[in-house]
Parts: sequence; structure tokens; C-alpha cells
Amino acid sequence: MRIVVDLTRCQGYAQCVFLAPEVFQLHGEEGLLYSSAVPDDQLERVRQAAAACPVQAILLGEEVSARGR
Amino acid sequence: MAGDRRDGRIVIVGASLAGLRAAEALREEGFTGSLTVVGDEPYPPYDRPPLSKQVLLGHVAADTTGLPMRRDPDADWRLGVRATGLDPVDKRVVLAEGESLPYDRLLVATGTRARPWPNPREAALDGVFTLRTRDDAAGLAERLAAGPQRVLVIGGGFTGSEIASACRERGLEVTVTERGPAPLVGALGGTLSKLAAAMHRNNGVDLRCGVTVTALRGDGNGRLTGADLSDGSRVEADVCVAALGAVRNVEWLAEAGLAAGPRGLACDAGCRAFDMYGIVTDDVFVAGDVSRFPHPLFEYQLLSLEHWGNAVAQAEVAAHNMVSAGPLRRPHLALPTFWSTQFGLNIKAVGVPTLSDHVVIAQGSLEERRVVMVYGYRGRVTAAVTVDMAKSLPYYQHLIETAAPFPPVPGAADRPIAAEIPVPSDVPDPKGLSHGPTVALTGHLPDRRLTVVQPTS
Repeated sequence: MRIVVDLTRCQGYAQCVFLAPEVFQLHGEEGLLYSSAVPDDQLERVRQAAAACPVQAILLGEEVSARGR
Repeated sequence: MAGDRRDGRIVIVGASLAGLRAAEALREEGFTGSLTVVGDEPYPPYDRPPLSKQVLLGHVAADTTGLPMRRDPDADWRLGVRATGLDPVDKRVVLAEGESLPYDRLLVATGTRARPWPNPREAALDGVFTLRTRDDAAGLAERLAAGPQRVLVIGGGFTGSEIASACRERGLEVTVTERGPAPLVGALGGTLSKLAAAMHRNNGVDLRCGVTVTALRGDGNGRLTGADLSDGSRVEADVCVAALGAVRNVEWLAEAGLAAGPRGLACDAGCRAFDMYGIVTDDVFVAGDVSRFPHPLFEYQLLSLEHWGNAVAQAEVAAHNMVSAGPLRRPHLALPTFWSTQFGLNIKAVGVPTLSDHVVIAQGSLEERRVVMVYGYRGRVTAAVTVDMAKSLPYYQHLIETAAPFPPVPGAADRPIAAEIPVPSDVPDPKGLSHGPTVALTGHLPDRRLTVVQPTS
């Protein structure tokens, strides 16, 4: 699974950093860095982080698997 | 014919953020026809902002930033295939191999590419990079991990500043050259650029402003050894990143008769492309960095943006309008917004800071490194920039959307405006900068300098 955070929307509440610290880290006071690729053992934590985000900035989903050519 | 806009053949050229979000939105809007997405990179859509941050810091690998889907758009992905031409009469996209894809409606989302170092022989030296793609980031991250003696970053825009920040965080020696008076001055104006320069220097960057790189030097094995600067000095460096801004990917439209040029493909507020005569098409749509669109809050000037959020918002509007009949169409009116994380500071902006004559510090202070800067133009609020005060930004967004008077009255602040006196916004002419603007007003205002496109410098 992959995540992307809409950092236009993010206001640095950092709920995700508390809930899934292996995936989300603060860089300074409110800059957010994260790992786009979510390991399986972090999935549940990331789901909680996405649900808890006050501005609903976290999208979790499958990557495009290119078919055809 | 009008009733079956949810059927037929749609081709999207561009398989990055805008292309993916448009493809998803088309299905959400009920499009049931065939959907083909063409992308010149061999990878599924991936996120670019982490490439200059997490990836260069070594936190994540460049090949792990694939974008999640909101839903499977059930598209035929033609990846690693370049579109080379467009026949708008026969309604076909020509691909590099000579094949052509027929369409009923087309979305152009070909974005931008990094402006290369202008001297091809110097650009080919081992150790010289640009940063735009996943492959660029993988190569640069590998080189940074190997511990170079010094990294030279040419251009003090957002990308150049983020690269310098990542290098310093990795403990690498960095020199940044910027033709203008300070980093970020082209995007944020004079006052915040002084903070940016201080952040560079406080973090140990060797910042050289008001200079240009006149030549890159290599050894007998074709390896970069350094650069000559316009002030006569020389920088020894084994890695160089040319962060000179972006070039719109419009060359494939050269023979298409559309209003495509160095600033992008012009379209109406409904994302419909104009042809070369300024007549709006109804089957060619545009979204993302390659577009150039009018915005009522900014004097209906055509805006060229290189913003993540604009790619998403415009792709959704374009998709809606591609499957909707005339009166049901929507305008793309989202305010420009962007962010940058560098030297531990979170910089966010809303509106168009370059459309300004004065600025005022509304909250915080430069000394605290926590500040809200509000930009005004002819007595109305046109933009706001926060440094580590992102929670305040929506308030100022509201002021921009309602054309509130400048300087603003205290509102989000629990005290009077921090600095009562507006000072000139001091946005320089983009011609004097190393990097291109990430926001460009490309219309005409008699009292404003016009953005002049220089294909090479």
C-alpha cells in the first residue's frame, strides 16, 4: 500500500506522527516527512492516522499496477 | 451526441499526478468509455515532492514514492511511451513509435521538465544533475550517500533551497549560487528572502548571491571538478545540481495549432484549451503544470503554476467538464497554494505573492522564525505566506477569496498586526534570477513588469 499526504491541506497537527511514528516524522516544528510505501506491519497504524487526521490529508491506496504494454 | 459524453474514447497524455487524478475523476463522474493514459516515463504515477526531501535525505528510496489511487480508473496505461504529435482535425495523438491513438476528448497533462544546464558538454560531465524525475533523484541520492567533497547548487529557488537543506542535513558541504539578491526572492519577495538567506547561512551553506556560474569544469575523465563564477572566483565541487526552474512540455504540440508556448498551453477557466487564434476548443482539455489559465482573483491574468495542489484541483475540474454538457460545467477557481520544507522550516503560501506591491507582517516575527506575511496589491490582500504558522493560513485564504482590504485588520491574531507599517514587497524581475518562477502571471498590466520568457540563458 502507498500513502500520499496532501501537504497543501496539512496544518501540522501531527496526530499521524504520534500514531505511526515509523511512517510519519516531523521535520522541524511542523514540516511533515513520510514514507510513501507502507510496510504491512504499519498498515493498521497508518489507517488510524488517516482517520485521526483533523484535516483529512492522508490518502491510503494501491499503487497503479500498469497493465497492457 | 451531447447525451453520450460519458461514453467514447478519452486519451490522457501525462501519467503523473494530474493524469492519475483526472483518470480517477472521470470514472467517478460516470465515464464508461475507453480510457488511455500515455506517459513518457516507464513508471506508474509517482509523487515528486518527496524527491527533493525524504529521498535526498536518504530516508526513503526514489522508487517508493508511487502515488496511491483513490480508485482504480480502469485505464490502459501506456507507460514509457512518448507522445510526439497531435492531429486535432483527425483527433489523434501520435506516439513515438509512429502509432497513433484516436480520441473523442483529450486531456493534456504533460507537465514540465527540469531546465537543463545550457552547455550540453558541461551538462554531460559526471556529477552534474538536474532534479525532476524519479531517476534524477535516485542518481543524486546515490551520489550524496557516497559523501562528495562539495555539492554546488545552481539556483536558489524552492528546489535548489531544498536540495541545499538536505545536503547540509547529511553533513555535506554545499555552495548555492543565485543570480538574484537572495534565495526565494522571486517567489516570496524581499523581506522573506532575507530570512531565507539567513537560514542558508545559519545552517552552514556557502551562499553566493548576485553571481552566476559561467562554466562547469571537468577533469580528463569527464568528471566534474568545479565551476567558475562570474565574480572571478572558483568553486571546487564534485557534484552539481542545476536547479534552474522548469520547462513546459509543449514541444509535441508544435504542429497542433493550439495556444501552446513556453509558458504552457492556454485554456479557459473550464480547462478547455485555446487554439492558436484564441478560439476555445471543446475536445482538448488541459490540467496541471503545463496549463495556463485565467483567474478572476488575479485580474484574469493567465496563471502558470507548478503546484501539487493545482494539479489535483484542475484535474478534477477538467475531468468533470470532459463528461459534462455546457451548463453543468464548473470553473477552476482554486487559489494557488504551495509548501516547502527546508532547513527545518515549513513554508506555506496561498494566493500569488508576486502580484503585490506591499507586504506586512501580520503575526509573529522574522526573529522568531515564525511569521505570517500578508501581501497586498493596490489595497487588497492577494497572498499570504506562513513560516511555521500553517494553522493561520486558512484565515488569510479567506481574506484573499473575499478581496479583503490591505493591510488586513487583526483577525486570526490575538493582538494587533505585528508590524503596523507595510513595506514594499520587493519582488524582482524574474529575468534577474537563476531559476524560473514557480508562479507566473503572464497577462499584461501596464504598471507591472512583464514576465519575459528566455528559452536559454
